Amino acid sequence: MAKEKAVIRSDLTKAQWTWLEMKKHKVAYLMIAPFFILFTMFTVIPVVLSLILSFTNFNLLEWPDFVFMDNYIRLFLDDDIFITAIKNTLLFAVVTGPGSYLLSMMFAWFINELRPKIRSIVTLLFYAPSISGNVYLIWTIFFSSDEYGFVNAWGMKLNLISSPVLWFQDDKYIFGLCCAVALWTSLGTSFLTFIAGFQCVDMSLYEAGAVDGVKNRWQELYYITLPTMRPQMMLGAILAITGAFGFGGIINQLVGFPSPNYCAHTIMHHLEDYGGARFETGYASAIATLLFLMMIGSNTLVNRILRKLGT
Amino acid sequence: MMFDKLKNKIKDAYRKYQTNRVRFKRSVTRSAGGDVGIYILLGIVAVVMVLPMVYAICQSLKPLDEIFVFPPQFFVINPTFDNFRDLFRTMADSWVPFSRYLFTTIFISVVGTLGNVVCSSYAAYAISKIRFPGRNFLFKIVTYSLMFNATVTSISNFILMSALHMVDTYFAIIVPAFCTSFGLYLMKQFMETNVNDSVLESARLEGASENKILWVIAMPMVKPAWATLILFAFKDLWNTGANLYIYSEQLKTMNYAISQLVTAGIARSGVSAAATVVMMLVPIVVFIISQNSVIQTMSSAGMKD
Repeated sequence: MAKEKAVIRSDLTKAQWTWLEMKKHKVAYLMIAPFFILFTMFTVIPVVLSLILSFTNFNLLEWPDFVFMDNYIRLFLDDDIFITAIKNTLLFAVVTGPGSYLLSMMFAWFINELRPKIRSIVTLLFYAPSISGNVYLIWTIFFSSDEYGFVNAWGMKLNLISSPVLWFQDDKYIFGLCCAVALWTSLGTSFLTFIAGFQCVDMSLYEAGAVDGVKNRWQELYYITLPTMRPQMMLGAILAITGAFGFGGIINQLVGFPSPNYCAHTIMHHLEDYGGARFETGYASAIATLLFLMMIGSNTLVNRILRKLGT
Repeated sequence: MMFDKLKNKIKDAYRKYQTNRVRFKRSVTRSAGGDVGIYILLGIVAVVMVLPMVYAICQSLKPLDEIFVFPPQFFVINPTFDNFRDLFRTMADSWVPFSRYLFTTIFISVVGTLGNVVCSSYAAYAISKIRFPGRNFLFKIVTYSLMFNATVTSISNFILMSALHMVDTYFAIIVPAFCTSFGLYLMKQFMETNVNDSVLESARLEGASENKILWVIAMPMVKPAWATLILFAFKDLWNTGANLYIYSEQLKTMNYAISQLVTAGIARSGVSAAATVVMMLVPIVVFIISQNSVIQTMSSAGMKD
């Protein structure tokens, strides 16, 4: 069959050949159709649409007018809260992104030292917070602002504080607490990826390494383990970064919306505010487009760095 | 007879010696102090990770008088199931009964997960095992879409969905869940390395249709991958909360109902903890069942460049 194809191909232009191949594999297009039709509808078109709408003043009711860069200019020059939102989003991403990545990496490495039975139990313990729904709401009971909150009550009992602290209402504490809760729930899919990555390193590599003079576990990690699990590290980075920009939902549930003094107001909240509550769709689309660019940008950057590290 | 026993003993001893030897080799790079340090650190952090969940369970088992004790106790002294009973009783009288929230959550989780597995499997099989033009391009787009989350598309999605009259129906949650890019990514990566091309080729020569090859030959080979996909899709849908696309109270999910309960204050904290426990146990059980498959799948899920 290969021979036949080769003969025909040399007689055809590239377009003709592609067309023939496409006709031959009709069934493949049928098989990808359900996924990619939906994918186009719910992912590709929305991205393009929000890019287009970001240049208009669409408000869901009137026919949109083209306003060129007005939305973006308003965002950066005329919207103080948006500047706060950018600041918060970046701060949050800088803490929780690398934080969750390094924590996942470190604990996956440690867990890998355990025996298989214990390993799967400890994996479950570390992974559980990230899958168990809104169990993180228990933190609001734990850090409740009245004296029935666990932390307040014991703090008062032991004379550490004189009156109940408004943990989730005071902008001094909100940011730190949200970061802590976010990190607590962040040992998710990338954590599992690392666990799997550590397990599939070939044992004979370690033996060879020991013979070649690898002296301790750090050297082993650096010279043998990490280079072999680079694919997992890349995927883990993407998941961690995307997650770091998307923690807004947790903040919503922990401190409510809007947060006091906008101290935990992220771009996600700004987007929801203008898109979901005020119906300034054009303006919200500009926010969405910026968020999209930030995510893609930081992912590409980190990807490039990781690729360099391995070589 | 005696000799047999002795032989076995020697064999056992030799086997032990062998395994010890392998372990010894590994211990060249491991210091005892480091091991102990790691165990202690793991122990402490594991306790920190589990503590809030244990607290949720304890809180859900506390009778009302223990909830009001000052200072609050961490552990429960006289556990009761009153809170769970109250959860179903009080919520049954509410405007939208608890069973409706429960039904919604189970319904969208099951249907969404099934649809996701079917759509992803078809697409992943075609992309990884049929050499049609455009497959690399399509997969690249999907990989790129891993780099942003659904918030970015939520506003335009709302416009599209209202044009399709999907807003405020179950479809608004279920249908987009059919095409998660991570699902396709996982299935494709796993199929590529774990399905043998020559088996597929011989099946094709026998005249089997691609559809049949996928379901009869390929899918049994990639059981870990779809078990993993079921876990990920299920936990996402199960945890669906307040949502831009749903505003009718009777279409809202359990996660939403619980977050309303938690804000009700100290007297309800037992009931809300009970609801939280109900919510968290289901995905954890699903994970326990699928754990081995998940680890197997993730080991082939890396990004190759």
